[in-house]
Amino acid sequence: MPRAKLAGLLLFFLGPAVAIYTLFSVYPLVATMALSTYTSDPSGARHFVGLANFETLLGDALWSKPFWNALGNNLIFFAVHMCVQNPIGIALAGLLSLPGLRLKSFYRTVMFLPTMLSVVIVGFSWNLILSPLWGVAAGALKAVGLGSLFAPWLGLESSALVTLSLISVWQFVGIPMMLIYAALLNIPQELIDAARVDGLGQFRIFLHIKLPLVLPTISLVSVLTFVANFNAFDLIYSIKGALAGPNFATDILGTFFYRTFFGNQLQLGNPTMGAAVATVMFFIILLGLCLYLFLVQRRIRRYAF
Amino acid sequence: MTTDQRARSISVHLVLIAYSLLAVGPILLVVMNSFKVRSAIFGSPLAPPDASTFSLVGYEKVFRSSHILMYYSNSLIVTLVSMALVLLFGAMAAWALTEYRFRGSTALALFLSIGIMVPIRLGSVEILNMMRSTGLNDTLTALILVYVAQGLPMSIFILSEFTQQIPKDLRDAARCDGVPETRIFFEVVAPLLRPAIATVAVFTIVPIWNDLWFPLILTSSDSTHTVTLGVQQFLGQYITDWNSVLAALSMAILPVVVIYVILSRQLIAGLTSGAVK
Repeated sequence: MPRAKLAGLLLFFLGPAVAIYTLFSVYPLVATMALSTYTSDPSGARHFVGLANFETLLGDALWSKPFWNALGNNLIFFAVHMCVQNPIGIALAGLLSLPGLRLKSFYRTVMFLPTMLSVVIVGFSWNLILSPLWGVAAGALKAVGLGSLFAPWLGLESSALVTLSLISVWQFVGIPMMLIYAALLNIPQELIDAARVDGLGQFRIFLHIKLPLVLPTISLVSVLTFVANFNAFDLIYSIKGALAGPNFATDILGTFFYRTFFGNQLQLGNPTMGAAVATVMFFIILLGLCLYLFLVQRRIRRYAF
Repeated sequence: MTTDQRARSISVHLVLIAYSLLAVGPILLVVMNSFKVRSAIFGSPLAPPDASTFSLVGYEKVFRSSHILMYYSNSLIVTLVSMALVLLFGAMAAWALTEYRFRGSTALALFLSIGIMVPIRLGSVEILNMMRSTGLNDTLTALILVYVAQGLPMSIFILSEFTQQIPKDLRDAARCDGVPETRIFFEVVAPLLRPAIATVAVFTIVPIWNDLWFPLILTSSDSTHTVTLGVQQFLGQYITDWNSVLAALSMAILPVVVIYVILSRQLIAGLTSGAVK
């Protein structure tokens, strides 16, 4: 193909996608990072300050305390997802992939439903259900004889974050379930038949044959969970507002970024500090992705199905 | 089937039924109670509405005091236009990346795939600056541009996999006949991508329809709000009016559930076909 013709075709086919993606995704990200090295004075003029914003963010008590709090909370948020969401997802996928199970598409459809809903709706619905005002949760616990366990979990500093994490787990468990289910279906039948001939039961087949084979998918699910968790915002905002109460007990990086960038009752919005927070979030996500690529992905043996 | 096997199968079903109830219970509870009078919402929250407790008062209030239909149409415009552009530009780019050999094609594919993992949200500060300086701030166009940029990487990735599976003979035959490249793409290749397009469409629609972040930072007037943002603000204002809150929640839930039930076969086929692995 002549060079000029190829260039024209590439421009036609790739031009729109590359232009929009670069202009509205890559450029803003790079420009935000660049902005994080500036500060604006009251007149609105911007001055280059190097890494001073990061020194403020990590060194100044007024900034570092909420930042470390948000980062710590975010780690807890992520830990709850890893310890609850992924095991439940694996267990459900394991049950769904049992041979000869009836109604499997019905279960799949129903269990994936919460994942389709807006986080705002999910948050508000659970907020109402767990509210002591309505008493659905209290009544349900009382009905099974555990009424004394009820507490306004979303309102207590000690339990609000874990409760929110569990609501998020409830919503997104469908994703690990589906991806692992798909991986389980791809395991060649001969392997499973061989194990059965050797006298292994369903549970041990799952534990010793299937689970090791779907490890690559499980680690992919983990990295997807990581990126989503360290970028989460909507659920906390819709239940707790921008202040992530009670007393910032549910503040994570997403809400901290929003408050820094836009401001709220307590502070004025600060775009340059907001850019600094976004840059730190970017590096945290990048660090997670690199750890995944270099530590996990490399070591996992690739099975040829 | 032996008794042992039957017992095992029953216990598997019990676990799955229990989890299914946990998954849909909260949604059913909200929708069910939105059709009840206030006293019944509080008095017997777990009972379905009957003749004496049925009421649409919450829905009336939502329609009267918010612009819910306008929010719906905004969400619909933003979602459909973004989806169409993501599919069109995504398929075109996937075709060029898989079909033509040129220097830097691997680098370009890598560049485009960064967006799958790195959230576009982190560039929000500059996105807002750009939209303000071009006057696009507070328009649906701003949302569409951002969502197209957000959806393209995944769409190009999935569509590339599918484009590679199309038999080479088809386009070579067309080329021998002297058919121009653009017609080969639009008339031969694009129609064959139909199953993939449904998968990409679902992956694109859901995050856009449900997004709160970009409407929150890019739109300020009521006339550009989407359902998610509109309902969020309505709920904040009317938090003590349980009829309205439950009705507004149900109105935001139902369309998604209906679309999901219609498309679920396609979605699950897409998820399990390995397109995203």
